[in-house]
Amino acid sequence: MISYIIRRTIAAVILLLVVTAVTFGIFFLLPRLAGQTPDQLAAQYIGKNPSPEDIAAVKANLGLDKAVYEQYWDFIKGIVSGATYNLGPTTAKCEVPCFGYSFKNHTEVWPQLVDRLPVTASLAAGAAVLWLLSGVAAGVISALKPGSVFDRTAMGVALAGVSLPMFFTGQLALLVFSYQLDIFGRTYVPFTENPSQWANTLFLPWCSLALLYSAIYARLTRSGMLETMSEDFIRTARAKGLKERKVVLKHGLRAALTPIVTVFGMDIGLLLGGAVITESVFSLPGIGQYAVQAITDNDLPPILGVTLLAAFFVVLCNLVVDVLYATVDPRVRLS
Amino acid sequence: MTDLSKTGAAVGEPVRAAEAPETFLEVRDLKVHFPTDDGLVKSVDGLSFQLEKGQTLGIVGESGSGKSVTSLAVMGLHRLGNRGKNVQMSGEIWLDGKELVSASPDEVRRLRGRQMAMIFQDPLSAMHPYYTVGSQIVEAYRVHHDVDKKTARKRAVELLDRVGIPEPNKRVDSYPHEFSGGMRQRAMIAMALVNNPELLIADEPTTALDVTVQAQILDLIRDLQKEFGSAVIIITHDLGVVAEIADDILVMYGGRCVERGPVDKIFYEPQHPYTWGLLGSMPRIDREQTDRLIPVKGQPPSLINVPSGCAFNPRCPYADIPKGGITRTERPELREVGGRHFTACHLSQEDRTRIWTEEIAPKL
Amino acid sequence: MAETTDDDKPLLKVEGLVKHFPIKKGLLQRQAGAVKAVDGIDFEVRRGETLGVVGESGCGKSTMGRLITRLLEPTGGKIEFDGKDITHLSTGGMRPFRRDVQMIFQDPYGSLNPRHTIGTIISAPFRLQGVEPEGGVKKEVQRLMGLVGLSPEHYNRYPHEFSGGQRQRIGIARALALNPKLVVADEPVSALDVSIQAQVVNLLDDLQEELGLTYVIIAHDLSVVRHVSDRIAVMYLGKIVELADGGKLYESPMHPYTKALLSAVPIPDPRRRSAKSERILLKGDVPSPISPPSGCRFHTRCWKATEICKTTEPPLLQLRPGQQVACHHPENFEDQAPQDTTLLAAAKEAAELVPEAERPAKTDDGDEA
Repeated sequence: MISYIIRRTIAAVILLLVVTAVTFGIFFLLPRLAGQTPDQLAAQYIGKNPSPEDIAAVKANLGLDKAVYEQYWDFIKGIVSGATYNLGPTTAKCEVPCFGYSFKNHTEVWPQLVDRLPVTASLAAGAAVLWLLSGVAAGVISALKPGSVFDRTAMGVALAGVSLPMFFTGQLALLVFSYQLDIFGRTYVPFTENPSQWANTLFLPWCSLALLYSAIYARLTRSGMLETMSEDFIRTARAKGLKERKVVLKHGLRAALTPIVTVFGMDIGLLLGGAVITESVFSLPGIGQYAVQAITDNDLPPILGVTLLAAFFVVLCNLVVDVLYATVDPRVRLS
Repeated sequence: MTDLSKTGAAVGEPVRAAEAPETFLEVRDLKVHFPTDDGLVKSVDGLSFQLEKGQTLGIVGESGSGKSVTSLAVMGLHRLGNRGKNVQMSGEIWLDGKELVSASPDEVRRLRGRQMAMIFQDPLSAMHPYYTVGSQIVEAYRVHHDVDKKTARKRAVELLDRVGIPEPNKRVDSYPHEFSGGMRQRAMIAMALVNNPELLIADEPTTALDVTVQAQILDLIRDLQKEFGSAVIIITHDLGVVAEIADDILVMYGGRCVERGPVDKIFYEPQHPYTWGLLGSMPRIDREQTDRLIPVKGQPPSLINVPSGCAFNPRCPYADIPKGGITRTERPELREVGGRHFTACHLSQEDRTRIWTEEIAPKL
Repeated sequence: MAETTDDDKPLLKVEGLVKHFPIKKGLLQRQAGAVKAVDGIDFEVRRGETLGVVGESGCGKSTMGRLITRLLEPTGGKIEFDGKDITHLSTGGMRPFRRDVQMIFQDPYGSLNPRHTIGTIISAPFRLQGVEPEGGVKKEVQRLMGLVGLSPEHYNRYPHEFSGGQRQRIGIARALALNPKLVVADEPVSALDVSIQAQVVNLLDDLQEELGLTYVIIAHDLSVVRHVSDRIAVMYLGKIVELADGGKLYESPMHPYTKALLSAVPIPDPRRRSAKSERILLKGDVPSPISPPSGCRFHTRCWKATEICKTTEPPLLQLRPGQQVACHHPENFEDQAPQDTTLLAAAKEAAELVPEAERPAKTDDGDEA
C-alpha cells in the first residue's frame, strides 16, 4: 500500500510537470511559432496602450527573449524558490510558490488562487453533499422499484437535470428566489465571517449545481443497485433472514457505491479547479471566475496558474479514490 | 397422502388442506409461475413431496426443470427482489406444522436462516466480497439471536472449527477471496448451520468444486446431518452425488415430478423413461467403457410452452405405446407403484417393467 | 504426405513443456515470481487416439491445451506436430498448422460471436485460411451442420436461438471445417446438462470414427474422460503424475493422487455406499503453483510420503506396459524406494483412509463391478 502510494505520487508529480509543460507550450511557444515577436507578446501582458518602457520591463521580467525551455525552467524555479520582478520604479517580490505575476492587475497569481479557493471549495462541498444524498437516495429507491411511478418520475427529473444547462436553471433560480422573492442573498460572505449568510448565498448555487450532478448520480446508483441486487450474495443475505432494509443498505448499497466513489473523486477534482459556469452565473469570486476573467483579459499567468491547480486537484482526487477503493473493496490490492 | 386430484387447479385458487400434516416438511401441489413478456414461465407446476427430519431428499433434474425454484420457494426467497414482484404461487408448504405459502413475508423471514437454511452453488459469489467471513457468520447468528458481537464471534469460530477450517481463530477475519473454493463452501456451511436449522437446503453444493473437495464437502454434510439431525434437501444434476448421500430421490422434468422414491428404487427399479434416460446418459467410472452412451434425444422443454400431455412425450421413445395418443393429450398423474415409489407415466406397469428389464438395464 | 510411413510416428510430441506466468511486484514492478502453470511435461499423442487429460483446477491442464494449440507461447520445452517443431513458430508460420489443429471450448456461448449467423461462424475458418471448399462455402457449411446433427436450414440463425447443446455442436462444426488432424477440446461437455452431455460425447465418438480424428480431451469429470479416452494423463500442479491406458488407470492406479482422485468420484450406485472400502479422503487444498512443494509435488498431501519424496522429484517412468507413473512409492506395484520407510509426519494425517489402503499392499485395487 505504502509503496503504491509512493509510486502513484511520483507518477502524479511527473504528470503535473507534463501538464505544466504542455500548458506552457500552448501559451508561450505557439504564439512564437505563429510569428509573434517578443514585443508583441509582452504587450499582451499589459493593459491597453502599453508604453515602450512597460513592454521592455515585461520582456525582461518574463525573459521573453530567452528560449522557451529557459522560460519554462524559470517558471518551475519560481514555484520552488520564488521570483522577483523588476517593474521600473518598484520591484515586485513573488513569494514561494510563485505561480507567476499578472502584469495586468499587478498581482501575484498564487495569493489570488488561495483567496478564491475557499469559495470554490464551499461551492463544491455543499453541492456534493446535496447531490450525493439526493442522487444516491433517488437511485436506490428507483432501483428497488423499477418501473414504478417513483422510478419513472425520478428518472424523468434526472433526464431534465442533465439536459438543462446551468445558465438556464441558475439564472431562473436567481430570478425567482433572489430577485423576486428575496429569500437568498447574492453577495458571497466567507464562512468564517457569518456562517448563515454564507449558506444563504450559496444555497442557490448549491442547488443548481447539485441538480445537474444528482441527475447523473441517480442514474449511476440506479443501474449499480439493479446489478448488485441480483447478485448471489444478496440472495445469501436474504437467506439469513435479514430484514430487506438491511439487505439493501448493508449488502446492496455498499457494493453498488464503489463505482460511484470513482466518479465522485473525478467530479470533485474537476470542480475544485473552478466551477466556471456556476461561479459566473452566481457571481461567486471563486477560481472559475478568476479563470474567466483571465481568459477575457488574455492574461496568461493566471490562466497557467488555474490550469495547474485544476490538474493538481484532479490528480490528487484520483489518488485518494484509488486508496479509498482499496479500503472499501478488500479484493483490490494496490500494487 | 398427497392431494393428487387437485393438480389441475388453476394458479390463484389454491386448495387448502384442513390441517397440518405430521411430516416435518410437506409440499403439496406447489406451483410457482413467473409472468414475463414472453409468457407465463411455469417454473414449478404442481409439485408434492414430504421429508422427515434426519432424512435427505435429493432433487435431480436438468437446468430449467424447476429444482432450484422449488428450493427458493420453500425458503420464501423467490418472491423477494425484482423478479419476485409479481410471482404467482399456490399450493402449500408445511414446515413443522406451519404453512409458509399463506404466511406473511415477515413470518417466513423469521424462519429463514433459523429453522431453514440454505447453501448455494458458487460460494465465491454467494458471499459478500467486502465483509470478512466471520462478520458474515456473526450477522447470520445475530439476526436470530439477541447476543453481543463477542458471543456471536465465538460461535462463528466454533462453527468454522466444526466444518474443518484450520486455525479458525485467525481465518474468521479473512475475506472470502482469501479462501480456497473448498474452504469457502465450508464457511458457507458454517454460516448456514450457525442457528442449528432443522431444514438445510443445498443447491448444487459441490458443482463448482473439484472432485476431491466435493468428496470432502459431501462427507461433511453427511456428518453434520448425523450430528444435527436436520432434514436435508440436496439439489443436483449429478446422479452420483445423490446416490452417495440421499435417502429419497425426486426426479423433476419440466417443472413437475416425474418420479419419486427411495434411492435404491430409483437406481435399481426406475420407472420413468426420463429417469432411464438420465441413467443411460451418464458415463460411469465404475464400469468398463461401453460403446456408446444412451442419451435422451432432443432438448429440454421451454417452461413457457410446456408440451401438452406428458411434458416428456416429445423426447420419449415409448410415447406411442399407450393407446389413443394419450401421452400427448393427458397429463399423467403421479401414481404409487409400490413402497413409497411414485411415477407419473402413462405406460402400463407391465410395459415399464418389460422395457426396463429387457431394453434398458442390460445396456447400462 | 505419405500418411502410411508416418503412421507409427506420434502426431504430437511434447518434451519438457514449461509455461510460467510472471508475477510483478514492488516499486519497479520487478518480477517477483511466477505461476508455474505447466512445469515440464512430456507426452505423445498417437494418430487416431484420444488422450484424456484430467486434474483439478489449477493443475495446468487448460494451459497445456492452449500451449499445444499454440494459443500461448511456451516458456520452455518443445512441441512437435506431425514431425515439425512448432514451439516458437510466428503467427505467419502457424498458418498452415492452424488448419490441422483445432480447439473446442467449454463455454459454447462465449466462444460464438452473437452478431454473426451460424453460417458465418462455421465458415469463418474458410475465410481466414482463404480456402474455397468444393461446391461452395454454403454447401460445405450445410454439410458440416448435418454432420454434427444440426438442421442445415438453420444456416441464417443466430447463436442465441440455439440451446447449449446445439451451440456446442456449432463449435464442433467450426472446428471441423478445415478437416483438422488434431482436435483439442477443453471441457467440451461440462457446461451441458446430463442428457445433452451424452449427445455431444456420442457425437465426438462418431466423428472420430468417421473422420479419423485425433483428440486431446481436457476435462475435470473423470467419468467423461474414462468414457472417451484411450489413454489418460493425470496432472497435478503442472506435472503429469501418471499417464496410462484408460482401463489400467481406472482399474489399478499407480500414483496415490490418481487413486485418491478416482476414489473421490461419486458413484451412481447407492449400494456401494456401505461397501466403500477404497475411499481415500484427501485433506486440505492443492498448494499454490507459485511455490509448489519440493521433490514430489504431491508429498504434502500424500499418505505414503517419505523423506525421499520431499527431496527428490520422481521421474515419469514406464513401470508397466502402457502405464507411466512418477512416484517413489506407487500403488499396485513394487516400491521404487524401499529403503525409505519412515513416513513423514504430515503423511499420517494427509488423508482419511480405511485400514487396507494404509499399507502399500501389492494388490489392493477395488472390485470394479
